Amino acid sequence: MDFQPNALGYWGEFGGRFVPETLMSPIEELTGAYFAVRDDADFQTEFLNLLQDFSGRPTPLFYAKRLSEKLGGAKIYLKREDLSHTGSHKINNAVGQILLARRMGKKRIIAETGAGQHGVATATVCALFGLECVVYMGDEDMRRQALNVFRMRLLGAEVRGVGAGAKTLKDAINEALRDWVTNVDSTYYLLGSALGPHPYPLMVRDFQSVIGREARRQILEKENRLPDVLVACVGGGSNSIGLFHPFLVDEIVRMIGVEAGGKGNNLGEHAARFNKAGGGRIGVLQGTKSYLLQNDDGQIALTHSISAGLDYASVGPEHAFLQSIGRVEYAMATDDEALAAFQTLSETEGIIPALESSHGIAHAVKIAPEMSPDEIMIVNLSGRGDKDVNQVQEMIDGTPSS
Amino acid sequence: MNRIDEKFKQLESEKRGGFIPFIVAGDPNLAATKNLILLLAESGASVIELGVPFSDPVADGVTIQAAAERALRNRIGVTDVLETVKEVRVEGCETPIILFSYFNPILQFGLEKFASAMKTVGADGVLITDLVPEEAEDFRRILAEKDLALIMLAAPTSSDERLKKICDKASGFVYAVSRAGVTGARNEMSNEAENLVKRLRTFTDLPIAVGFGISTAAQIEEVCKYADAAVVGSAIVKEIERSIELVDVIENVRKFVENLSPN
Repeated sequence: MDFQPNALGYWGEFGGRFVPETLMSPIEELTGAYFAVRDDADFQTEFLNLLQDFSGRPTPLFYAKRLSEKLGGAKIYLKREDLSHTGSHKINNAVGQILLARRMGKKRIIAETGAGQHGVATATVCALFGLECVVYMGDEDMRRQALNVFRMRLLGAEVRGVGAGAKTLKDAINEALRDWVTNVDSTYYLLGSALGPHPYPLMVRDFQSVIGREARRQILEKENRLPDVLVACVGGGSNSIGLFHPFLVDEIVRMIGVEAGGKGNNLGEHAARFNKAGGGRIGVLQGTKSYLLQNDDGQIALTHSISAGLDYASVGPEHAFLQSIGRVEYAMATDDEALAAFQTLSETEGIIPALESSHGIAHAVKIAPEMSPDEIMIVNLSGRGDKDVNQVQEMIDGTPSS
Repeated sequence: MNRIDEKFKQLESEKRGGFIPFIVAGDPNLAATKNLILLLAESGASVIELGVPFSDPVADGVTIQAAAERALRNRIGVTDVLETVKEVRVEGCETPIILFSYFNPILQFGLEKFASAMKTVGADGVLITDLVPEEAEDFRRILAEKDLALIMLAAPTSSDERLKKICDKASGFVYAVSRAGVTGARNEMSNEAENLVKRLRTFTDLPIAVGFGISTAAQIEEVCKYADAAVVGSAIVKEIERSIELVDVIENVRKFVENLSPN
């Protein structure tokens, strides 16, 4: 199995293209342009050079000794995407797609953002190349990630608030799609997760797979063997698919994607799409067929997570496929568990993780003690927690920060 | 022959352009929707487009988004929309009705079950905003078995190759989107629409309706010089929104629509 989608962008029954007809020609143009660079050595060299010189890759694979000892089980390594330029893995995809947009001659870039990390990454690469940048962000996310809003504006981007729905990532994607359908000729939509119509889930996965390729090489260097378990948080699913993909062929490597369990199991209280008891069912949203949180009428449900980056009603179609064939397991971490993991990692390793990544750490905290010290786990530390410090202070102290 | 084909035959023999109003089911409530359909039928609608509200209407501008939100506050679902069609048929309304939806609510209802229910209640066709021809074959076949129309959208950005694919899947009529963008009233019609209709004629003998951005009688008249019908959506939905606070929503919308209707 090579884990590639078919010509219509399907992995099994998941994926495809469900968009207004107006977007089909630009999507076909994008697909053609992407497949032209996918195996183009010059493009790939340009991509990797920028990741190295601009973004600081490769990121380290760090042995979390005190955390491992504290949990008393598996040997835990952290893939340090938090050390990437702009503070998360999102820069990998932004660099890849901005090079493609330039090749396509597009001058205006739009993006959606949840936690703000993809918006910051997009604003950053637009500044790097002098391109116009508009970022859509839900009003609720602008409130809880105010620092990232300021960063984007500092980088010269226009941030447009979205007041529809729950005012989070899904609503920002709707608004970005509306902008794209209105400005098809001039505009490149730089989608930030492994979501949306084909070729986005494939393209984002390809650009993020640098994480897993490095991690695979690094663990072989350090331990001279493959890891037993990979753990990563799953919102749309870009950091996790980026880590998992280069290991999919290694059947002995177990993989666990961690969804946001939020504050309860009822529809609206979490963002765990594979949680069937919690309302997750196959459906079509924002261009792709995958698992969705929805009500009986097929209306998309509101979601909740402590972390804006995981607070989304759908999940990338390749994840839905990997779940359906049992290759990847999906688990949940609640808000409280993520918050505890946020503090644990800060105290034991001197690393403040993003609240998104804290969900992965929380799952490691759960399963590592059941593993033996000669077993190896890699957790993708997808981003750093500086952006979350104010929000966490409010939750821990019960008082608003200044 | 179904009601849509009959209606376009009649329009052709009378050498008239068609008028296709759009409203969202359940906006502001189902009782009003039923009365609005009857009113639109009386006021010269050739075909009525009845919108199924959806939580994430990416193809719609602010007016229809707001209408869908109002309908969803009433928890209107596919079942309610079908029930409304049934009720107006009982009242004797014979105007063709097509359901206008995003794919997910129909998918969750079940494609086969939806087609059967459409047939039972007397709906004539369906248009799915986010179902492009590459994804439409299963649904087309299910609908065709019951002589129900699948109205396909064509856009100015569609290549000739795509227009051919679209026309191959379409029945009833083809909906030509007048310009790139979301739904919503505009002051000026783009000349892209006329060009698109001309291109579509080389691929199909089906009637062609033009929609997106049409809000005045003058625009309808202009569109009907080159197309078979004009769709008015957001302008009517806006009038419904404006009338919500008034005593008689229906009477207010009647005045607006009577000024639009080309006949």
